[in-house]
Amino acid sequence: MSDDRSLSREVTCTVNGVKRAATVSVRRTLADFLRHDLGLTGTHLGCEHGVCGACTVLVDGRAVRGCLMLAVQAEDRAVTTVEGLAPDAASLHPLQAAFARHHALQCGFCTPGMLTTLVEFLAEVPEPTPTQVREAISGNLCRCTGYEPIVTATLEAAAAMRGQAA
Amino acid sequence: MKPPPFAYHDPRTLDEAIALLAGLPNARPLAGGQSMMPMLNMRFAQPDHLVDLNRITGLETVEVEPDGTLAIGAMARQRDLERHPAVARGCPMMVEALGQVGHRQTRNRGTIGGSLCHLDPAAELPLVAAASDAVVVAAGPKGRREATFADFARGFMTPGLDPDEVLVAVRLPALPAGAGCCFLEFARRHGDFAIVAVAVTLVPDAAGRIALARIALGGVGPVPLRLPEAEAALRGAAPGAEAFGQAAATTRHLDPLEDALVPAWYRRHLAGVLLGRALATAAGRMGRA
Amino acid sequence: MSGRTAFRDVPRLEDLPLLTGRGRFVDDIRPPGTLHAAFLRSPFAHARIISADAAAARAAPGIRAVWFAADIAPHLTGTRLKVALPSPAFRQTLDRPVLAEDEVVHVGEAVAIIIAEDRYLAEDALALVEVEYDPLPVVADCVAALEPGAPVAHAGGPHNLVGEFTLGYGDPDAAFAAAPVVVRERLAQHRGGGHSIECRGVLAIPDAVEDRLTVWSSTQTPHTARRMLCDLLGLPEDRIRVATPDVGGGFGPKLVFYPEEVVVALAARLLCVPVKWIEDRREHFIATTQERDQVWDVEMALDGEGRILGVRGEMVHDHGAWTARGLNVAYGAVSAMPLAYVVPAYRIRSRSAVTNKVPVTPVRGAGQPQGVFAMERLLDRAAARLGLDRAEIRRRNLVPADRMPYATPLKTRGGVPVVLDSGDYPRCMAEALRRADWEGFAARQQAARAEGRHLGIGLANYVEGTGRGPFEHVSIRVEPSGRIFVATGAVAMGQGTRTMMAQIVAEQLGGDMTNVEVSAGDTATSPLGLGGFNSRQAVMAGTSGHVAALRVRERVLQIAATLLEAAEADLEIEGREVRVKGTGLGTTLAEVARAAAGLPGFALPGGRAGIAAAEEVVIDAMSYANGSCVAEVEVDPATGHVALLKITFVHDCGRALHPRIVDGQVLGGITHGIGNALFEWMGFDDQAQPVTTTLAEYLLVTATEMPAQIEIGHLETPTPLNPLGIKGVGESGVIPVAAAIASAVEDALSPFGARITRVPIAPHHLVAAVLGLDA
Repeated sequence: MSDDRSLSREVTCTVNGVKRAATVSVRRTLADFLRHDLGLTGTHLGCEHGVCGACTVLVDGRAVRGCLMLAVQAEDRAVTTVEGLAPDAASLHPLQAAFARHHALQCGFCTPGMLTTLVEFLAEVPEPTPTQVREAISGNLCRCTGYEPIVTATLEAAAAMRGQAA
Repeated sequence: MKPPPFAYHDPRTLDEAIALLAGLPNARPLAGGQSMMPMLNMRFAQPDHLVDLNRITGLETVEVEPDGTLAIGAMARQRDLERHPAVARGCPMMVEALGQVGHRQTRNRGTIGGSLCHLDPAAELPLVAAASDAVVVAAGPKGRREATFADFARGFMTPGLDPDEVLVAVRLPALPAGAGCCFLEFARRHGDFAIVAVAVTLVPDAAGRIALARIALGGVGPVPLRLPEAEAALRGAAPGAEAFGQAAATTRHLDPLEDALVPAWYRRHLAGVLLGRALATAAGRMGRA
Repeated sequence: MSGRTAFRDVPRLEDLPLLTGRGRFVDDIRPPGTLHAAFLRSPFAHARIISADAAAARAAPGIRAVWFAADIAPHLTGTRLKVALPSPAFRQTLDRPVLAEDEVVHVGEAVAIIIAEDRYLAEDALALVEVEYDPLPVVADCVAALEPGAPVAHAGGPHNLVGEFTLGYGDPDAAFAAAPVVVRERLAQHRGGGHSIECRGVLAIPDAVEDRLTVWSSTQTPHTARRMLCDLLGLPEDRIRVATPDVGGGFGPKLVFYPEEVVVALAARLLCVPVKWIEDRREHFIATTQERDQVWDVEMALDGEGRILGVRGEMVHDHGAWTARGLNVAYGAVSAMPLAYVVPAYRIRSRSAVTNKVPVTPVRGAGQPQGVFAMERLLDRAAARLGLDRAEIRRRNLVPADRMPYATPLKTRGGVPVVLDSGDYPRCMAEALRRADWEGFAARQQAARAEGRHLGIGLANYVEGTGRGPFEHVSIRVEPSGRIFVATGAVAMGQGTRTMMAQIVAEQLGGDMTNVEVSAGDTATSPLGLGGFNSRQAVMAGTSGHVAALRVRERVLQIAATLLEAAEADLEIEGREVRVKGTGLGTTLAEVARAAAGLPGFALPGGRAGIAAAEEVVIDAMSYANGSCVAEVEVDPATGHVALLKITFVHDCGRALHPRIVDGQVLGGITHGIGNALFEWMGFDDQAQPVTTTLAEYLLVTATEMPAQIEIGHLETPTPLNPLGIKGVGESGVIPVAAAIASAVEDALSPFGARITRVPIAPHHLVAAVLGLDA
């Protein structure tokens, strides 16, 4: 790898609460950095032009397309991927649990992007309507489920999260 | 679909950024990346140097000036503008438009400056700028300058910016009292680029007639189109179906873009339909002068 | 009626890893030292390759190899992919080459492979390969392709007709000659792609120690892939393993064996390192198979009461540039058309045309949506002519329940008679109509019209051939640990294959699904298999699994009876134990398995070793599922926008192994059907250049386009063709939806006399109809 910082850099960021670093080419996308340099393959690539949403991760709490950010742009940022959503190894995030209960995933390829998107959404809108949920995931393509189970699961998870917060 | 090779620079100040753009060959600025990164991934853009503007502080502010002008920093994120109270008050049309700009994930990163500079004919923010008589502020080696949005939008995806200039702000004049605005678009799916979009501002006089109309269309020309004929037809008119019908009828003269997916006659037709509807909605939101 | 684990909604085995980011899709498998491939693809729809120069590419950073057809041919036993399902209807053989040789015949055809340290570098080198093409005349339309004087899609080829057959029975011409009512339509459906969210991908890992190759492929047919790789690489069967990782959706196009799979496998062998190729979305648009382009010229003859006397016509099917599977989509479309109804005389001549476009193979529905569309549009036309309610005309023609099993004169493409095994089609339609409040619609429509709103309702019925035979492999063994190991040639692509197998097996062997390990779609664990397509796996693998589980159960009880000195009838398998009912006496599956494994010198229980069973239950006859779909829409005549108010879908797939999974399959199919009706248009220009090559141009349905209301209802008429009584369901949802929506849109715009004869419906088509434009 080149010494020239305009061509390659060590990127240091916090991923799922853990400080991570890797030296990458400056043109490495954030999604590829997470998947290949950090070994976090939960984030998926479906289109690499910002439409399908499978690569969605949280950067400083905001849902972004991992394929439309460069790894170097994550320097000093806090990234959350699907691997970081469960509170610990033994439990699931309420969204994950609700997804399983409601068959809100089939092949699972779009699921990580759905989950990160919904985590941000529910933090903003803790008591959403079904229409609001659909709009929230309008940037996440799913070819398997037909979306309705995802909406149902999200509404249930939102209620559970409100109950926990109370 | 991986980006081609480039050298990457992340200046901390605007001056540094301008110096880099001025000094490096084939250099492009990177703002939110929601238009640039797909172009890079598809290798439609092949800059030798990418100048990342995201580490420069102070370009993302939203301020209301004493005369009511809404001054928005070019790096303000679309998602922040969508939820900003000053934007809701000062340019409600922008909030209405932003709800249809892509999806939350793209709006979290996408900037107003990036959208204005990308100048896609079907994009919502350039249309809002055109309809709001916006003024853009650019900074370059020779300092800052202002331009009307009309002058800035030179041609198809061609902003009036020198290669060593950066858009730093867009300024929207205060809305006259009682103005009613409406942003309306027709797209195939929620968040898609508009096939046709219309942005309308109606300013009332003391008697409730239309003192002033600003009408802009997106998706029918290489840049957002103001409709002076329609605007003139509405000046002094009583709001109502007759006036709106006349204004909408001026769209018959449009010569829109044709592409493989949407025929030109349909864009022309939609322009008339949407304009009529937007005028009715805007009139309903009109107050008194 | 549910069992302990079968026929109920059990948690899916697949979910936990997928939800927590621990799925293992092909690109997640990263052996050290893996090289990455990119393919140079033709930018022309038809051209001769004059010359190619890869010197600059080979010298580029990180590039390990750049190979063309001539470079790899010496290492292969042949250079053509012989994948075609045999048919007497073929008129030409069009086996595609592993890499294009001296001619390219569709945009996207692979011309060369570049192998590099990473994909970024490989793509850099693509730009450095210089290929000189000499463009040739292009065949861009399947109808024009068959006209005299049309250019030929393959230079030097005889013509563009690749297949021709006539399916029929009875005397349609006599029926038409005497019929009081004849209606006629020219109908078209349009190309669309599979667009699983995960594109294709293959990783080949060589093992120098044993001269073996492991190939992880995002495929629906690993056994076919293994056979093809063995044939082309000249290796015996035990040297190649094809395994499926987690597959991010298949939907049909991944059932094909593709050139990239051979080239990547060969590269791994030649370079002695793992080689991986991951398709990107742009490649998916130009190199992964597509389907739906068909033009139908059809007519229906009826009596004065609206009873069908005959159907006849012509269909032209766009086959694409190569035979990547067979003539099955055309065949499936034509044989699907009449199935739901009593059609006394039938004849459709089908011609498949070669075009310079991406090859055509099944996409969810596999031609059946087109056949159903044709039938349902004709019935609507007839209803209008006769002044009959559209539901009533169908009522008069649906195959009645008391005629089941209903032997049609048709045969499947494999020569198996088409016998509708079970189903109550009229009751199914009635239920759909009731739930959709068909009767009340006229009033709703009237009230809306008074407000200037245009509501419409449409209806379509379908019968779907499921459970394509002849078999699927399942083997079961109980291991010395007590774990139950199940292997199947069936392939998982999101439909819950492992859960399904575990349900069926656990049902017989203790009811503890966590004690069942399922290996699906791996040639190392299943010696034979056919894979996933044609809504077949629940039927075929389910049946084999059930029969094998019964045999293993019998064996477990036999051995346990010996160990416990009890009667088999007094034993039950509970969790991992075998107990004497009503007592504390018992043994474990582990002990049973160890006893069956034998000890030197000791007699084996039951005189046989091991507890295992393998089954390939042969079921040649397809089982026929059916359903009815009602769509209610609102159309804005000024913009042409179609809002879906409600979709009602009542279907019958026999017994439901996992009701929620069944619902999920149906809903996924409905969503795809909405795409076919309104959004998914894979466009090519008149030079056969694709004009929709991103997901911003090719529109997949998102959450906000879904109908405001969806209601799915189930009837269950079990099939007698398998012991579980189940029929396939994977494709059902998509089959009638385009027809139902077309019917509804036409109904909404009936004041304007709009006729919908093609899908997808674009808003401007509707505005043109409203304005009376010739669009």
